[in-house]
Amino acid sequence: MLKKIKPFVPLLMLLFLCVAIGLIAPRFLSVGNFVRITSSASVPLILICGQTFIILIGSIDLSLEGTLAVAAVMVGLLGQWVGGTAFVLLAFPIAIVGGSMIGFLNGAVHVYLKVPSLLTSLGFGFAGLGLATVLADGGSITITDPLLRYAVFHRLLGFPMSAWIGLAALLVALYVQDQTRLGRWAYVLGGGEEVAKLSGIPIQRVRVALFVMAGAFFGLGGAVLGSQLGLGQIQITTGYLFTTITAVVVGGTTLTGGVGGILNSIVGVFVIMVLANGMVLMGIPTSVQLGLQGLLTIAAVAISLDRKRLVAVK
Amino acid sequence: MTNILSVSNVSKVFGAVRALDGVSFGVMANEVVGLIGENGAGKSTLLKVLNGVYQPDEGVITNAAGSLTLRSPLDAEHAGIGMVHQEQSLLLNISVAENLYLGRESQFIRYGKINWKAMHGAARRQLEKVKLSIPPATRTELLSFAQRQMVELAKALILEEEHEDGLVILLDEPTSVLENDEIKILFDRVRTLRDRVSFVFVSHRLDEVMELSDRMYVMRDGKVVGQMTQEEATTAKAHEMMVGRNLDHDYYSSDKRKDIGSDTALSVEDLSRPGEFSDVSFDIKQGEILGICGVIGSGRESVMRCIAGLAPPQAGTISVGGRIKTLKSPSKAVNTGIGYVPQERRVEGLVMQLSVMENISLPSIGQFKKFGLISTTLQKTAAAKWVKRLSIRPPDYSLPASSLSGGNQQKVVLAKWIQAGAGILVLDHPTRGVDVGAKQEVYELIRELAAQGIAILLTADTLEESLGLSDKIIVMRDQKITARFSMQEDEPKQVDIIRSMV
Repeated sequence: MLKKIKPFVPLLMLLFLCVAIGLIAPRFLSVGNFVRITSSASVPLILICGQTFIILIGSIDLSLEGTLAVAAVMVGLLGQWVGGTAFVLLAFPIAIVGGSMIGFLNGAVHVYLKVPSLLTSLGFGFAGLGLATVLADGGSITITDPLLRYAVFHRLLGFPMSAWIGLAALLVALYVQDQTRLGRWAYVLGGGEEVAKLSGIPIQRVRVALFVMAGAFFGLGGAVLGSQLGLGQIQITTGYLFTTITAVVVGGTTLTGGVGGILNSIVGVFVIMVLANGMVLMGIPTSVQLGLQGLLTIAAVAISLDRKRLVAVK
Repeated sequence: MTNILSVSNVSKVFGAVRALDGVSFGVMANEVVGLIGENGAGKSTLLKVLNGVYQPDEGVITNAAGSLTLRSPLDAEHAGIGMVHQEQSLLLNISVAENLYLGRESQFIRYGKINWKAMHGAARRQLEKVKLSIPPATRTELLSFAQRQMVELAKALILEEEHEDGLVILLDEPTSVLENDEIKILFDRVRTLRDRVSFVFVSHRLDEVMELSDRMYVMRDGKVVGQMTQEEATTAKAHEMMVGRNLDHDYYSSDKRKDIGSDTALSVEDLSRPGEFSDVSFDIKQGEILGICGVIGSGRESVMRCIAGLAPPQAGTISVGGRIKTLKSPSKAVNTGIGYVPQERRVEGLVMQLSVMENISLPSIGQFKKFGLISTTLQKTAAAKWVKRLSIRPPDYSLPASSLSGGNQQKVVLAKWIQAGAGILVLDHPTRGVDVGAKQEVYELIRELAAQGIAILLTADTLEESLGLSDKIIVMRDQKITARFSMQEDEPKQVDIIRSMV
């Protein structure tokens, strides 16, 4: 019976949290609050579009914050050098391309030099942060272009544009996951790479492609983040790696790969955002908030882990 | 009639072992060809060669188009050879349709998008061939073993579209995970499909092979030793062909058989582990060697692992030295004085990076303490003793275990258990991976250990080994004991044992 419930645990957790917090702090259950939660969820929702696929294939991408920083800084620099409409039209695409390039380097080194993804992405993450710092001359670049602020803050049907961008990213990711070979092959690699290889699937190219795609999403996230905060600076990225990975895992995409997906990660993001929002409304101090997030991650992994597939727990 | 697929004089060598030795074999159109033989006879190696997993060192494979070079299962598929695997090769986290068309999705792609309707439609048609009516979008995890087997068969049959005639499907022990009625269904399907496709059927159950095959080849020691048609085949003839070498008594040091003690070292009653073995009872006296014979899937390996504490029984009792013990874990077994010499020596028997000396003292490390710290001096003394007594070569016990040959590694494993005071040794294929010259030394060692009063439970690689080393033999088939022999009283021949094995 437990097995049948397992896929729904994250959703049940989310519902439980909403009800519990709603009872303790009724302000939680207002439209305005819901919009607030969705806005704060915008960037994480973009980020999980990339990270989910990486975790599906059994790897991990720790370069997220580095790519975010590079993208945010690049958007800031473009504002300084170009400015005007041209700038806004170019900003987001260039951030995506920049992110893709970092993703490509990440994936290529991992696949062709056979370095575990944990290490390559960690390295490129730091390299990214370093690059961003150099580009920003050690400081920060303010992003004040009104068109860019419009692109993230303008309200459409009550929700900020950043949320709509997030939605667009999710739709693209869902399409890739369900309707393209690349998406389906992500599951195949996670389910059994040996079988995939014997079936003639180009596993190396698939891996690199997924890392490039992840980088693209991270780049987009960085552009949105930078525009939201008005800053191109490495400090703005802190915490997003943890949030993203926690969201993916809490949502039910197991670290061993092959199981889960974008919908799972969406639930995971909202679990975290609702919890964070609720804790603020309930007046819980920040230190406790972090502790609770940590416990939540452990609980989520412990429940969702497929222990049969683990040969040794390391 | 001509062969649609032939293998001529094919040999495959792994180190010193000739897994296939000048094998010639042919498959004609619309027939089921069976392959029988003992463990290690070469059946699965031959299938792997036909499937492109191994490349022959000598000889050729040919079909109607000419000679074939098969470097991978994909090459085999292009040549019209499909395979239904023993351990299923379906991915459980994707749908049945995706599994059927794994690697072949491009035919359903339009402008980068997968046409699910078309794929599911094609999948449904394939599943009809094996009369499986499940929705193609079903997640493969939800299917029973029998249904998954059918999906694998359907997957192999997709090759029909590219090979109108001349498709050969290899069935590698397809019945091992199936229940009786499911086996009937499988055979039914195969017989119907025989009108269009030929099959090569490998099973360790002789009666099954005889029932389904039109013709069968008998293999032994990597060679084809005989051929029979379904009419000609009798179990007796098959048994005769499967064995047939003369026992070289000295090879196994049979003359060293001493009188066995009267105290029972290990006694096992009604031991059961659902799915692996049931109602297993036997006892071993001190100084006695009990050999368990059986093919893969007979349950003998599971019984060994149970006694070693790796897989506790669901029912039944194990008594050591007259006292009932629960062997819930390997450490409990070790504390009871049971030493396990595993099949996978490199993974479970030795810590390859540690030195010979460290490996020898590992399970009994408590003995080597001085003032609460491990004393290397004590370890060195013990290691030197064993290196000398067992002639472990090279005699430098500070070398990592990985640098020793298979035979010497096995001696280290044995040394460590005797050092730990094991009264019972569970030897799981003790001469596997040991070259011919060293095997003799290992046999002598086993006999010597028995002579010292250690009770030994043995699973050997070949029937010969079992007969040569054991004082008593039990035969297992399909998870139960089917026969018991005492070497001295019954003097069984290989044929007698095979009869209860297959």
